[in-house]
Amino acid sequence: MTGVSTVLDERFRAAAAASGDLDVAYDILDDTPIGSLLVGVSEHGLCRVGFDPEPEAELERLARDFGPRILRAPRALDSARRELDEYFAGRRHAFDLELDLRAVPEFHRRVLDELSRVEYGHTTTYGTLAAQVGAPRAARAVGTVMNRNPLPILLPCHRVVGASGSLTGYGGGLDRKEWLLRLEGAIL
Amino acid sequence: MVTGVPPFERFYESHQGEVLAFLRRRAGSDRADDLFQETFLRALRAYGRLEHGEHLRAWVLTIATNAVIDAGRRERPTAELTVEPAGEDERPAVEELAALTDGLPPKERAAIVLRYGYDLDYDAIGAALGSNEQAARQAASAGVRRLRKEKEQR
Repeated sequence: MTGVSTVLDERFRAAAAASGDLDVAYDILDDTPIGSLLVGVSEHGLCRVGFDPEPEAELERLARDFGPRILRAPRALDSARRELDEYFAGRRHAFDLELDLRAVPEFHRRVLDELSRVEYGHTTTYGTLAAQVGAPRAARAVGTVMNRNPLPILLPCHRVVGASGSLTGYGGGLDRKEWLLRLEGAIL
Repeated sequence: MVTGVPPFERFYESHQGEVLAFLRRRAGSDRADDLFQETFLRALRAYGRLEHGEHLRAWVLTIATNAVIDAGRRERPTAELTVEPAGEDERPAVEELAALTDGLPPKERAAIVLRYGYDLDYDAIGAALGSNEQAARQAASAGVRRLRKEKEQR
């Protein structure tokens, strides 16, 4: 078996990203303060931030949601990488990236839209979000929406806590939620 | 069993080494790198329209063969013209087609193999061959006409 050189491999990945034929370009950011993140972008914007250290399942989900033309193409993620770096360094409080929510169902999108208004360093509760989307009894359903949030950190589900103020849960694990809230100064 | 189309990343990782080795044999080391990129860009263009994930190895080698043919046509009009023969994941229909279409011009042969062996639509075949839907359709029907004529003459 012939080895494909790094130069050739990277050249193809860059050409593929530039071709406009990819459904999703992704990269794995290995060195963030909360571990490795899989970040995906489509032609419509950022479409996935995943905590899964084993990306196989994430790639399958991306293929199901957006199509099978999925390739690791680091250059396509340059602006996302930069904004996330700035956020983790405490220098960025809001993101300017376009988001692609095409794969998100209607109710989820309404909740996430409301969630996106919760500002850096603030928290809200599941019940409050439920009331804001006109479904005051749906706190549990809001929890499900948070759990399936395709764009954690950018859509700040870490800022949603229980009515008692407890952290409750997080798709990426409570340690990460706590770290993010500490970074933002929302908890001490 | 019909398998789903894997994410392109997995397809690319699985076949990149063999495609590059194939291109080096066919076109020489100097040209293999450019043809490697051309082959996988063509495959990417057609990939979204694949209906199943079977025989991807034979599929990508067919695309590679055509990339070599096209490059040869630009540089050396008499380049050797063939469709890569069956590999171990080839299905009988493709093998039969490959034998049946052995004497056809390469584009016609590739169009027929991709259409009737891999169930690709003409849009995808056009993309895989680096041309378009109409050209792919014409190549396949010209090939079928030619086969029919050969059969009548036998």
